Amino acid sequence: MASESTMAHPFEDAPNHVTPTVIHDPILSKTDFRSVGTRPLRPDGLDKVTGRARYGADFNMPGQLVGLVLRSPHAHAKIKKIDTSKAEKLPGVKAVVTAADLPDHTGGDQSMYDILENCMARGVAKYDGHAVAAVAAVDAPTARKALKLIKVDYEVLPHVTDVDEAVKPNAPLVNPRMLTEGVEPKPKKASNIAKRTEFGHGDVDAGFKEADVIVTRSFRTEQTHQGYIEPHACVASVSPDGTGELWVCTQGHFVYRNHCAMLLGMDVSKLRVTSSEIGGGFGGKTHVWAEPVALALSRKANRPVKVTMTREEVFRASGPTSASSIDVKIGARKDGAIVAADATLRFTCGPYYGMWAELGSMTAFACYDLKNVRTVGYEVLVNRPKTAAYRAPSAPMAAFAVESVMDELAHKIGMNAVDFRIKNAAKQGTRASYGPVYGPIGIGATLEAAKKHPHMKAPLGKNQGRGMACGFWFNFGGQTCTDINVGPDGSVTLTVGTVDVGGSRASIALCVAEELGVPYEQVKCIVADTGTLGHNDMTDGSRGTFSSSMAGIFAARNAITVLRERAARMWEIPVEHVTWEDGHAKAVGEKYGNLAPLSLKEIAAAAGNTGGPIAGHSEIVADGAGVSFATHIADVEVDPETGRSKIVRYTVIQDAGKAVHPAYVEGQYQGGAAQGIGWALNEEYIYGKDGRLQNPGFLDYRIPVCSDLPMIDTQILEIPNPNHPYGVRGVGETSIVPPLAAIANAMSNAFGVRMTHVPMSPPRVLKALEAAKKA
Amino acid sequence: MQYEAPETTKAAVGLLAKAKGSAYVLAGGSDLLVRMKGGFVEPDLVVDIKRIKPMREIKKTASGFVIGAAVSCAEMNENKALVKAWPGVVEAAGLIGSKQVQSRCTVAGNLCNASPAADSVPALVAAGAKALIQGPKGKRKLPVEQVAVGPGKNALKKGELIEAIELPARKDRSGDAYLRFIPRTEMDIAVVSAGVNLRLDKKGVITEARVALGAVAPTVVLVAAAAKAVIGTKLDEAALAKLGEAASAACKPIDDKRGTIEFRTKVAAVLAKRAAEIAYKRAGGK
Ligand SMILES: Cc1cc2nc3c(=O)[nH]c(=O)nc-3n(C[C@H](O)[C@H](O)[C@H](O)COP(=O)(O)OP(=O)(O)OC[C@H]3O[C@@H](n4cnc5c(N)ncnc54)[C@H](O)[C@@H]3O)c2cc1C
Repeated sequence: MASESTMAHPFEDAPNHVTPTVIHDPILSKTDFRSVGTRPLRPDGLDKVTGRARYGADFNMPGQLVGLVLRSPHAHAKIKKIDTSKAEKLPGVKAVVTAADLPDHTGGDQSMYDILENCMARGVAKYDGHAVAAVAAVDAPTARKALKLIKVDYEVLPHVTDVDEAVKPNAPLVNPRMLTEGVEPKPKKASNIAKRTEFGHGDVDAGFKEADVIVTRSFRTEQTHQGYIEPHACVASVSPDGTGELWVCTQGHFVYRNHCAMLLGMDVSKLRVTSSEIGGGFGGKTHVWAEPVALALSRKANRPVKVTMTREEVFRASGPTSASSIDVKIGARKDGAIVAADATLRFTCGPYYGMWAELGSMTAFACYDLKNVRTVGYEVLVNRPKTAAYRAPSAPMAAFAVESVMDELAHKIGMNAVDFRIKNAAKQGTRASYGPVYGPIGIGATLEAAKKHPHMKAPLGKNQGRGMACGFWFNFGGQTCTDINVGPDGSVTLTVGTVDVGGSRASIALCVAEELGVPYEQVKCIVADTGTLGHNDMTDGSRGTFSSSMAGIFAARNAITVLRERAARMWEIPVEHVTWEDGHAKAVGEKYGNLAPLSLKEIAAAAGNTGGPIAGHSEIVADGAGVSFATHIADVEVDPETGRSKIVRYTVIQDAGKAVHPAYVEGQYQGGAAQGIGWALNEEYIYGKDGRLQNPGFLDYRIPVCSDLPMIDTQILEIPNPNHPYGVRGVGETSIVPPLAAIANAMSNAFGVRMTHVPMSPPRVLKALEAAKKA
Repeated sequence: MQYEAPETTKAAVGLLAKAKGSAYVLAGGSDLLVRMKGGFVEPDLVVDIKRIKPMREIKKTASGFVIGAAVSCAEMNENKALVKAWPGVVEAAGLIGSKQVQSRCTVAGNLCNASPAADSVPALVAAGAKALIQGPKGKRKLPVEQVAVGPGKNALKKGELIEAIELPARKDRSGDAYLRFIPRTEMDIAVVSAGVNLRLDKKGVITEARVALGAVAPTVVLVAAAAKAVIGTKLDEAALAKLGEAASAACKPIDDKRGTIEFRTKVAAVLAKRAAEIAYKRAGGK
């Protein structure tokens, strides 16, 4: 099962996937649309606003038990002994599990082993909140009592939570066996640096010699959480016959199935996983946490078990993004041409090997056409929860650093910030700093649109500043499997395996309706369980609509082939004389031209006599996800006496390739910007000296509330992706990339202070303002 | 756990006094229920005071206002006479949580919960409010600044509860204001806060002042030096500067997840000055 690890980390091979292979296929250049580009009501809307929609915690089984997890109160501790005997004896307790109940079936797959260890500590608790044991009991009070009866004998070890502290030579070791990868010769001494990566081309040192102006700065960003409103939840049921079922809130139930089957030592086909509606994931629901534990509890208790994380558990134990520390150096000539760019990025991974600095390194300079560029990334281990993807993972921090320096450099050479970027923007044919050569891309277009946008010219009020910044994300395609089944009444069931996190059911149905030539209302899109379709990668990398619409369109084409054959049979004419137009089979040629077209409905009604049910299937690796670029403009007002800032106006301009459902696309632009604004201003994990998380709740982990944000304006650009039948690109992630820098640049333009530490919370801003006043 | 909802104050006091284990008064429950759900408290007895009629009323008397302990903050904001007389107190009550929270929570609960960051308390302290306490040994009155004795600790003895909060009558040429600092716009806890109540003479010179600060010490503090700094002035630049200095000097805050010592100390001055300016205007000063 070696491919499992690539499933867990789909971006690992992102460079391969994003290399655009430009296909000049006439079938791929559709421009006149009937359904695509309209804004029908969302099909999941009514159920969601009335409460009928079923989320992770809404599944229930007869005889179901309550599962609760005991978590380490220490940032780093050896688990000398776990005594579960008292808990097991408590009436009502049906199972207690520890790492001993999850033997290692990972067969040397390190990334899966890390996930296993993250689900349940194996000998050492590596962060505050790390699971050490779990119970299943008849009700919650009994389960809570049982947790208190489990005695864990800890030996507290020295810990480190700060990224810059962790890379110091004498830092406590998070994993005493970690030898840095990517360094020649391989070090013999362990450190907290799991891996070094380098990207770039040209000669950076020579480039800097040509520079008239060089700006060098160091930046820090604090760790944030995806902040999804729905906590992780699942119901697991394992039968003594070795089969199992799992109902779960996830971004990828096929991936969860594969993970759980491996960790539990089951056959993949014997575990059936059904995904629920999802109250947000943003990357945080891309690998398993409590699910294998729920299955292990169910297996041991021989009863279904529901595990629902509390908000505190979500914060302490589930996927935050990295904290980072980044040095950037960019040099330019007086005419505005960048001659060299260099960055060193240190990203926290939690206690396990990650690829977060690597992604930061790849995205850092992706917006620009650079002759000499280098990025070096260090994956840093710390005693914090295992880092998970968060919407364009690692790109926002890298963009914060790079786009801040870009602004400063523009200012120093006396050039407008937008013009400076336009001059250096990547274009079709540019070799990206991370390797591939770009196809048609939208960075230049978003910058030109920003320049022309009325927002750019609007007057500013007192204590207000305006900033802008650009952002990039790879996007991803991946394995996709989709079915179309035509019902006896001619209505169409579209069965996809990508979880709908942002409206993809509507968008994929629009594409299939377009291809079939039938009204959108005739196509019902559902997300099927893992028993129904072949493997689908999870909904990440902005791939849901991109890949499943592609597979859906191909499945529709296959269904059309069948429909034409059936019509031919009904007419008793050769299939070559049947075409498909506007949802109808049409007979063509002199001989048959007078036959009345057959509707999808008529063909479906006759299916029993023409060969049975009508279906179309498609299984693909959706290659060629077009890269995505955005430019944001932010107006920020700062109270100079308190450092409190308010976003007064905000505009997102982004390339969508083709906006299938423009309202959903706008929603993605706004949602990403909102999360980026929260990150920029207030969100951060705060650890005490004891290594414990101080703010595991929404009261003190401050995501923006509605009244904190202005209405976020959006402008959709459409530069078709040549690799998708309708030109679609993923749109879900890039919008979180520019806000950190756009807001920092706005503050700099308003007050002349360069904020280098995110979040730019009031205490940090006030301090910077006062330091500037003194200087 | 035993739940009781008596209809008289006497019955409530009786239940609390007789209780064997831990006993809690339940007003809006926006603190108590959260603490129960979080497993921080496991009460043996909960006495709900919302069925006690006099506790649900706001009474305007010759000597001011009597706000029953079960009156919600939203109800306070609907009482026109109260809003007119004590805008600072009412706007403080109207800042607690959100609309949903305000429709349940009470200022008496805010006071008894004894958080140094409680929003209504600095405004009540500045206003010179008193807590009317009923207990097994009868009635007593306590200035609100004496109710909280430390974070999460109040001065009530076993069997005692607050029956009402008493606000003095609004004197002519006087006004109050409350400001809090939060990084967001709502659903947040004060990082630092200030309540100010001022009275002026006919020329606009301040004759009486009370300044209270929240979230800068273990309890809300009444800052006499800050009041002194503005009495006898027309709240000119110099007076404001002195007020700010006195406010900062009174701060003994901590560094925590919500703010730093440095930040709280500085912003206490800013808020005290801004609240004083609003109160001054409300008192008719120019
Ligand atoms: C989402 C949310 C947001 C919040 N935001 C804020 C905020 O912005 N600012 C703020 O200050 N607070 C905030 N709070 C805290 C809380 O809402 C306030 O402290 C509120 O005023 C408490 O009033 P209550 O009537 O709900 O108190 P309860 O929860 O009923 O009681 C609080 C405590 O006081 C005791 N008590 C209550 N009434 C009496 C009485 N008459 N006599 C003796 N003891 C009594 C109770 O036993 C309990 O210990 C928030 C709470 C929540 C849940």
